[in-house]
Amino acid sequence: MVKVTFVSSDGTRRAVDIAEGETAREAALFNDVPGIDGDCGGVCACATCHVFVDPAWIDKVGRLAEGAAEADLLQFAEGANEYSRLACQIPIEPLMEGLILHVPEQQY
Amino acid sequence: MDTNMVEPNIREKVAFIPIDEIDVARPSLFQKDTVGLFFERLRREEPVHYCRESYVGPYWSITKFDDIMAVDTNHKVFSSEAKLGGIAIEDMHSAKSALELEMFIAMDPPKHNQQRKAVTGAVAPSNLLLLEPTIRERACQILDDLPVGEDIDWVDKVSVELTTMTLATLFDFPWEERRKLTRWSDVTTAAPETGIVASYEARRAELIECAMYFKGLWEQRINAEPKNDLISMMAHSPATRDMPFLEFLGNLLLLIVGGNDTTRNSISGGVLALNQNPDAYLKLNNDPGLITSMVPEIIRWQTPLTHMRRTALQDWEIGGKKIRKGDKVVMWYLSGNRDETVIDRADEFIIDRKNPRHHLSFGYGIHRCMGNRLAELQLRIIWEEIHKRFAKIEVTGEPERLFSNLVRGITKLPVRLHAR
Repeated sequence: MVKVTFVSSDGTRRAVDIAEGETAREAALFNDVPGIDGDCGGVCACATCHVFVDPAWIDKVGRLAEGAAEADLLQFAEGANEYSRLACQIPIEPLMEGLILHVPEQQY
Repeated sequence: MDTNMVEPNIREKVAFIPIDEIDVARPSLFQKDTVGLFFERLRREEPVHYCRESYVGPYWSITKFDDIMAVDTNHKVFSSEAKLGGIAIEDMHSAKSALELEMFIAMDPPKHNQQRKAVTGAVAPSNLLLLEPTIRERACQILDDLPVGEDIDWVDKVSVELTTMTLATLFDFPWEERRKLTRWSDVTTAAPETGIVASYEARRAELIECAMYFKGLWEQRINAEPKNDLISMMAHSPATRDMPFLEFLGNLLLLIVGGNDTTRNSISGGVLALNQNPDAYLKLNNDPGLITSMVPEIIRWQTPLTHMRRTALQDWEIGGKKIRKGDKVVMWYLSGNRDETVIDRADEFIIDRKNPRHHLSFGYGIHRCMGNRLAELQLRIIWEEIHKRFAKIEVTGEPERLFSNLVRGITKLPVRLHAR
């Protein structure tokens, strides 16, 4: 299991354990972390699992790949920035132990 | 639709018609609300179905949830471009439509992306927080003015009124003339068969009148300080301010239709669904907290836009069928939203579903409905305020439905209100 911490826009921190190979979207949904909707079912089609990767973690998680479907969707998400990712596109690996993801105020 | 209410002989007819002859484009099927029976059969026997002959020419029907998702997210292969036919089963630039309106919903990247980005802020969550008090205040006003215990038409008195008021708020449109917006929305999607316009010429004339009106508003806003309304945003944004006029008009009409027909019919559809499912109504009355999950369920149940269409830019295989370059491909959201293999008890209206937002009504991918949060906001507000005031909105007569294969519309819904 890998520990991932979600930080809400009001500062609330929720640490959850998730099996390697699951995505950050599942980490949130399986543990009822509020603020992640994931409407499309985790197939990179809706942008309602938008998270901001903590800057300290962005290199391990990886930045948005230009021209990818994920970037196509995130360009319309409110407040998206250089740390934005879709949680469904972040498969959890052991090297992510302690990962911090910030949840936007609202999904769009 | 409630399939139990359909006469048995229609069921038999649907069961025995040769599958090749099924044509779900016929608007009368939607008006009679029997199209669901055809979709049920297509999903079971031929989920990717080719109709060789119809009044809109040959087209593919995509009827299952996952296949629809695959087409919707593949905009590189399945184009929305107006010049190829656009986004509805009826070609956009056919001689009939007469005005060559340009809308970003009917564009591919990169132009689609630039234009969408320019206006999306108006209906993004943070702006909706600012709009919520105004929308609520207006919703309260509408409901407070309704007579209890009398027969009224819910569509006209509530559904149309609330969505029109919201649009007028978004556009900062002259208040007393707000019903013009409703009219233009209806006219934009109307064919003469609907009775909304007398002819395509009459439709064109009304759209030109609409164009002139908005031209006036545009000029007024461009000469004023930038504000948060959509017209001001478009007049001042670098991505949209130099837009050719027909493109400006097209995008405005897109936002009007997008925000009008759809939510209007979800407001009506919810009342109907609760009346057809008394257990759900009882549950709601006992626990208004369920409004949060009921709202997306209403949107799934109603599926206010029955489909979106694409045009294949290359040969492509879906569900074992070979789609050819240039083919018209119709994603029937109404069918995918009843797909039992993805949605549990899809034929039931369940207001406390586990994953209520996992539906197709907003589409997926880059063209996903921009106003989806505004739609949910309006529905949530109206149901919260209804709950405070009325024990029941009782449907007292048969609903009337729109003659359209695109807008799943309820044109009349007689109801009687019971005070709480």
